[in-house]
Amino acid sequence: MRGEHESADSGVVLGASGVTKRFPGVIANDQVDFALRRGEVHALLGENGSGKTTLCKILTGLYRPDEGSVILDGAEARLHSPADAHASGVFMVHQHFSLVDNMTVAENVVLGWKAGRRMRLSRAQIEDEVAAAAERFDMFVHPRAQIWQLSVGERQRVEILKTLYRGAHTLILDEPTTVLTPQEAERLFESLRRMVEHGGSVVFISHKLPEVLAVCDRVTVLRQGRNIGTVDVGDGVTDAKGLARMMVGREIELGRRPERRGRVGDEPLLRLIDVSADGDHGAPAVKEVSLAVLPGEVLGIAGVAGNGQRELAEVVTGVRPRSAGTVALDGRELASGSPLNAAKRGVAYVPEDRMGVGLAPGMELWENLLLRAGKGACWRGPFIRRSNGIAHAEALVESFDIRGQPRTLVRQLSGGNAQKVLLARELSSDPRVLVIAAPTRGLDVAAMAAVRAFLIEAAEHGVAVMLISEDLEELMDLCDRIAVMCAGRVTGVVSVGSTDVEEIGLLMGGVTA
Amino acid sequence: MTADLIRLERRLATPRWLMLAVPAAAGVVALLLAAIFLAATGRDPISTYRQMAQASITRDGALSATMITATPLLLTGLAAAIAFRMRAWNIGGEGQLYIGAIAAAGAGLVVGGQGLAVALPAMCLAGMAGGALWAAIPGLLRAHLNTNEILTSLMLNYVAALLGYYLIFGSGSYWRDLTSPGAQVFPQGKEIAATSWWPGFLAPGVVLPLGFLVGIACAVGLFVTIRSTRFGFRLRVVSDSPRAALYAGIRTKRAFVLVMVLSGALAGLAGVSQVGDFAHQLDPKGLQGAAYGYTGIVVAALARYNPIGVILAALFMGALANAGLSLAGSDFPQGLVGMIEGIILFCALGGEVLSRYRIRVGRGSRALASVVASDSTAPAPRVDGIAGEGAGQGGAEVDMGTGRIL
Repeated sequence: MRGEHESADSGVVLGASGVTKRFPGVIANDQVDFALRRGEVHALLGENGSGKTTLCKILTGLYRPDEGSVILDGAEARLHSPADAHASGVFMVHQHFSLVDNMTVAENVVLGWKAGRRMRLSRAQIEDEVAAAAERFDMFVHPRAQIWQLSVGERQRVEILKTLYRGAHTLILDEPTTVLTPQEAERLFESLRRMVEHGGSVVFISHKLPEVLAVCDRVTVLRQGRNIGTVDVGDGVTDAKGLARMMVGREIELGRRPERRGRVGDEPLLRLIDVSADGDHGAPAVKEVSLAVLPGEVLGIAGVAGNGQRELAEVVTGVRPRSAGTVALDGRELASGSPLNAAKRGVAYVPEDRMGVGLAPGMELWENLLLRAGKGACWRGPFIRRSNGIAHAEALVESFDIRGQPRTLVRQLSGGNAQKVLLARELSSDPRVLVIAAPTRGLDVAAMAAVRAFLIEAAEHGVAVMLISEDLEELMDLCDRIAVMCAGRVTGVVSVGSTDVEEIGLLMGGVTA
Repeated sequence: MTADLIRLERRLATPRWLMLAVPAAAGVVALLLAAIFLAATGRDPISTYRQMAQASITRDGALSATMITATPLLLTGLAAAIAFRMRAWNIGGEGQLYIGAIAAAGAGLVVGGQGLAVALPAMCLAGMAGGALWAAIPGLLRAHLNTNEILTSLMLNYVAALLGYYLIFGSGSYWRDLTSPGAQVFPQGKEIAATSWWPGFLAPGVVLPLGFLVGIACAVGLFVTIRSTRFGFRLRVVSDSPRAALYAGIRTKRAFVLVMVLSGALAGLAGVSQVGDFAHQLDPKGLQGAAYGYTGIVVAALARYNPIGVILAALFMGALANAGLSLAGSDFPQGLVGMIEGIILFCALGGEVLSRYRIRVGRGSRALASVVASDSTAPAPRVDGIAGEGAGQGGAEVDMGTGRIL
């Protein structure tokens, strides 16, 4: 019944019927029904922990449901492994790519594919096939390029090509746009539409409302493992607000930067002049960056991951020594490569890698809160005052609304709570400058709103905030100005009031105005 | 996708009761396994076990003998525990013990005549300094040249052993007894003055060597240091997450060297106690035969690197060694003794693995609950088990206790 959207079961290429999946202490999926019709892009929308990924792992045979069944091509099916799903043309593209860096696109596409194994692989033939598939779905990558030469967006295309080459007609994409620039995301959507036109079907996992509305035909919302409802995007009723309410179960106001009230001072608090620094492998990663942040200002740093943003943050916070230039706070230079000096001068840092850089995951919450405090009521000479430390933690747990106990291991906290612990520690030290990277990545909507609120509050108190993010939406919501980085350089600094995503996207690609 | 039959998954949380249940179960399993071997070789397991219990605990003087073996193991066990707990893989406890013994014997020979009040601190200081310096070598090499401390500390064991042999067998050194008639026949170390021999303390039914009490004090001190001091706090941050430590302004290289030094000082103290408590002279051959430094690593592993646990583990290993000594004889081959000891250790350490990991049997995979329950964008807890991504689901799940270090 190709193309006949309204026909009910006959058009279901992939579905779930009453699927329940329990893990110790958690019901990840609770009686979930789901139906993907042929020729549609169907979003699975939900917060982290709502069971989207579990459902998709069941649909692709990675997990077996405790109850209920998987439906393939309108009929009940028992999947024992992903291979069974692959045989029916159902493939999942995970967030983390599985590509071999120093092999070519064509080689990666055929790697490990048994069904098409011939006695002799003809390189030219495979390259032609890959190029043809790429052409058909408007996903051009050069078949002879090696993976390490490709951008993240191109790598994603290779992952998708891999599945198409293996006969995929149903794709499950797990949060595919997290790693893409707006332009790349738009291209991906274009390709998805092509695929659907060719009779394919797509499950699109996301928690970003705008892109779901932009690309999907229908949306199924999951909350706490339950199917809250499936709605048509084009029905004129469904909007971002409504979907957000379905996702969270209540109204959530994402913090936006309120109108400036003339609080921003005129003298920059933090000033970078011609700062350069080497990356982890010795090659220059930050090149002659000059920036200034006023007190109470939020300066965004935009860019595709890996263009020097992390290194820049590390230079400002003293973790990474700079090879040239100066970083000054209040007109006085910060010592190069001294996190201790930076901390003493009031530079707080919430790194992208919360567990491992920001926090010591194997230690308890209260201990992590002491990580940066060398003095104070929690220390007496060479000893820790445990009771004071725990009381200190209790107070912060309360005021930052952290779901955890002072004695909880940080490893056991959810992403949102770990981030709150980090913020609690850094903001409770009365910082003058806050460097914060990917503050809401991987957080659910409620935690995201809380983190944003803390960030805004810090700025209101006159802290100079440097916000590094790949989420343009977030940067536009929170920042006064946005500096865009590409290949270690600042390609432009724009005022949020007078720019749009388009312009920033171009700057991210290295096109200077 | 492979479907492994048995997979290990690291536990996130730690049920407390299992910390007691696992060692108990391991002990029972070990006794049963060893009983099969004993029966198969025509011996009565019950009487063998009774003999072992007598030799290590119940017989007159058995407990004191156990203490004598446990004393060095307590100190080398602490040395290994502190190092391994902080991820400094100091395998050189053996050599640090030799150097400690050499330094302590030297100090004892110099100031031994002035009585215990002078000799005791002098010997301790000299021995600890010796062990610390010996351990500082691999520590500094690792910190500044990034050499592998496992190899360098291990190699230095041989250097230290040869140095000891040289002092007694290869030269007319200050340590060697060149005068007494016995020493003319067979080379031996000079004995330190009897007034400086370490005293033992009489408890009901057992003599406690001074070294054992020193070891208990060290264990408690170490426990408090790790748990409640700034120094210990920093060490724990470094071991848990070096990058977080760097960002917190902790000098990680210095922390590493300090851990090695501390570990070496404790191993050196074991050597001091050997001279002061028991041998009263430098006895390189005896030290090497006993291999307390290496056994200390086993003690530390048994104790999950917990200083207080090391006390118990050292007593256990001391008792086991004594029991083994009493069994060996013409009708009971040494190999069988080693067999029994091996089974007991294997079960104790194996139980340890099971307590830290969860075993899954059967075709299929289920990731840790929290990994799955959170969507994949959330930073997943690290799973350092041998778990691969399998297919399907199901299979029995065996929970075998848990262990948290400190």
